[in-house]
Amino acid sequence: MVGETIRTLLEQTFPDASVDVVDRTGGGDHFHVTVESAAFEGLSLVEQHRLVNRALAAPLGDGSIHELRITTKGHHHDDTA
Amino acid sequence: MTLRDEIQQVIDGEAVAIFMKGTPERPACGNSLRALQALWGAGAPITAVDILPDPRIRQELSALTDWPTIPQVFVKGELLGGADITEQLFASGELGRKLDEALGEDREQVVKTVELAATAA
Repeated sequence: MVGETIRTLLEQTFPDASVDVVDRTGGGDHFHVTVESAAFEGLSLVEQHRLVNRALAAPLGDGSIHELRITTKGHHHDDTA
Repeated sequence: MTLRDEIQQVIDGEAVAIFMKGTPERPACGNSLRALQALWGAGAPITAVDILPDPRIRQELSALTDWPTIPQVFVKGELLGGADITEQLFASGELGRKLDEALGEDREQVVKTVELAATAA
């Protein structure tokens, strides 16, 4: 399952993270990932999303993810990032 | 001019540029629509490029920006993000402040679509 692959890749890249993967449509290719990790602290949103995109480069590149929504959080819940 | 040069010229030359699926009149993807609505809501002038007419546009764009997904929004030459970030910054009010800072508060809100010559049939 692509959803499991996504979760594994994110957990490997962000070992401290809490990861949530939602299959938005049930079709197995539209996902919303939420990643909460200390790795995001001090980074701009663009940089945070770049880290997630890089972690998921393989399934993004081969088309198994058709649509990806990303929510990133630092551990401090700093919403101004 | 190569396609990549043309893309770079839009990014650098337009106050706010969005590379999207479809056009502002006919968005072809919900994410492009979300980004557009956030930009419109924040009072942004919008210069849109439809990436669908030629697959090379997306290839060149993503190679240039190291950003794999569409849409991609730029303010004054800088990547703001995709639909999620644009929406998030609009919701927090930060997008409006960013635009005020970059373009002034009494900006005109014009929407236009640019066709890239290198892709013309």
